[in-house]
Amino acid sequence: MSIDAATVRRIAHLARIKVEDGEIDHLAGEINSILGFVEQLKEVNVDGVEPMTSVTPMKLPLRKDVVTDGGDAKKVLMNAPQSEEGFFLVPKVVE
Amino acid sequence: MSNLTSLTLAEARDGLRAKKFSAVEIADAHLAAIEKAKSLNAYILETPEKARAMAEESDKRIKAGDARPLEGIALGVKDLFATEGVRTTACSKILDNFVPPYESTVTSQLWRDGAVMLGKLNNDEFAMGSSNETSAFGPVVSPWQRKGSNAKLVPGGSSGGSAAAVAAKLCLGATGTDTGGSIRQPAAFTGIVGIKPTYGRCSRWGIVAFASSLDQAGPFARTVQDTAILLRSMAGHDPKDSTCINMEVPDYEKAIGKSVKGMKIGIPKEYRIDGVPAEIGKLWEQGAEWLKKAGAEIVEISLPHTKYALPAYYIVAPAEASSNLARYDGVRYGLRVPGKDVIELYENTRAAGFGAEVKRRVLIGTYVLSAGYYDAYYLRAQKVRTLIKRDFEETFKQGVHAILTPATPSSAFGIGEKSGADPVEMYLNDVFTVTVNMAGLPGIAVPAGLDGSALPLGLQLIGRPFDEETLFSLGHVIEQSAGRIELPDPWWG
Repeated sequence: MSIDAATVRRIAHLARIKVEDGEIDHLAGEINSILGFVEQLKEVNVDGVEPMTSVTPMKLPLRKDVVTDGGDAKKVLMNAPQSEEGFFLVPKVVE
Repeated sequence: MSNLTSLTLAEARDGLRAKKFSAVEIADAHLAAIEKAKSLNAYILETPEKARAMAEESDKRIKAGDARPLEGIALGVKDLFATEGVRTTACSKILDNFVPPYESTVTSQLWRDGAVMLGKLNNDEFAMGSSNETSAFGPVVSPWQRKGSNAKLVPGGSSGGSAAAVAAKLCLGATGTDTGGSIRQPAAFTGIVGIKPTYGRCSRWGIVAFASSLDQAGPFARTVQDTAILLRSMAGHDPKDSTCINMEVPDYEKAIGKSVKGMKIGIPKEYRIDGVPAEIGKLWEQGAEWLKKAGAEIVEISLPHTKYALPAYYIVAPAEASSNLARYDGVRYGLRVPGKDVIELYENTRAAGFGAEVKRRVLIGTYVLSAGYYDAYYLRAQKVRTLIKRDFEETFKQGVHAILTPATPSSAFGIGEKSGADPVEMYLNDVFTVTVNMAGLPGIAVPAGLDGSALPLGLQLIGRPFDEETLFSLGHVIEQSAGRIELPDPWWG
C-alpha cells in the first residue's frame, strides 16, 4: 500500500497540521517508507487472537463519582496564550 | 571539592549522613560541573536557587538526625516531567514557556524523600527519537568519544540529556522515561545503568504523554545499586494514574548482592540478528558466562514473534501519540500562531510548534487510525502485541527467571550520521528494547564492556512482571564481573 499526495493532504488536515505544497512529496516518501516497514505484520497469523487492551492484567479501579479537584480557574488559565475574564480566547467560531 | 561529583549515589548518601560533607557542598559541586559542561547541552534549564534551597533543607534535616531516604542527593530531571513552577517543554517548541502549576507524581516522590533538583535535562522532542537529535534545544553531545577521534557522538535517546549528565558526572542520578528503549539505549551508549520498570510500577501522572500504553518512568545512575535506591522512591501507587498498580514497593537495594544461584536465564535465539557486530555477540556470550559462573543456569529459549515487535510498535506508538498530542492546539497553553479561524489557528500552531519527527509520527498515527485503515493496521498490531506478550509468558512459565540480550545493535553513532532520508534506519536502534515495552515487562541495561573503538556496550536483562528485584541481583553480577566502566575524563571543560 502506498499513499499519494492527496492522502498526505487529507491526513495532515485530519491531524490539524498545515503542510506546504513543497513538503508533500518528501512526507509521502517518509510515510511510505514506514508503511513499507510495517507491511511485514501481514505475515503473522492473528486468527482468533484478541487485540491487547491492557498490558498488565488489572481491572481499572472505580471511584465515587464526586468532584475531587477544581475551582482554580487562575491556575488553569495561567499558561493560556490569550484569556479574558476567566475564559480562553479563540477566534470567532460561530457566525 | 570536585571529587564530590565522582561519588556514587550510595556513597554520597552515606557520606552525607556521616557528615563528611554537606548537601550544599554536593549541590554546589554539581552546579559548578554543569557550568563547565555547557557544550554537552545536557541541561536545558538549571535551577541553582532551587537546588541550594533544597540542599539547605537537607542539611538541616541531617543535622537534626531526621534524614529522609534520598536526603541531599542531587538529581537531574528529564524535561518530560512536569515540575511545579519550573519550565517544562518536553523539548518541543509547541510547549513554549509552559510552567506547570503542578508536580509529576514521580518527581514529587523524589523530593518527598529529600532529593535535590539541579535542573531539567534535554531529550528528544516528546521523547520521539533514539539519538536526542530531535530536541528543539538541539542535540546532546555524548561525553564519550571514539578512540583517536574527536567526532561528536550521540548519547542515545530519547533520554539523552539524562544519560549524558549521569555519565559526565553532572548529577548523581536522573529520571528518564522509556516508551521503546528511551532509558536502556542511552544508558548502554553512555556506559551507565538504566532500568525501565514494569508498566504500572511508576505513576505516569504529570509526565508529558507520548504513547500511554507503553510509557514508563525509570532511573539512570552509575551503578545498579544506585538505580535500585532511586526506583524505590519513584515507584508506588498513585490514584491519579488508573494504570498504576496498588502493590507494595520492595526495598530494591536489598536485592543487590543477593545470590543468583539456581536462577534460570533465557537466551532468546531470535535476538541473534544479521548486521549486528560480532563483538556484541561475543559480549552477550561473555555475559551468559558471568551469570553461569555466579551459579545461574543458562537455557536457550525462543520468542518467535520478536521480529514483529518493532513494526507493531511503529503502529501502536504513533497512533497513541497522534491522540495524545491532539491537546496541543494553541488555545490552552504553549505556542499560538494566529489564523483566520480556529481551524487555521490549530493548523498554523501545530505546523510551527512540532518538529519533523513529531509531525511524521502524528501523521502516521492519524493514518493508521483513520476510517478504513483501523482494522488493517491498528487492530492487527494490537493482536500481534498479544502474541509478543504470550511468547514471554510461555518462557516464564517454563521456569525462566530472566532473559539476557544485548541492549543495542551497535555502540553510539555520530551526530548526523543516521539522519538520512529513511526514518526506519533510526528506528532499528530499538530492536532489542522495544519488545519489553510491548509486553509491559521490566528491563535493565547494564554496562558490560567496551567495543573496538573504546565505546561502551550494554547488556539487557528482561524480567517477569513486577520482579525488578531479580534484575537488580543479576545486573549487579554483570556489573561486578565486567568491572566498573571507566567514564571519560572531562574533555569538555
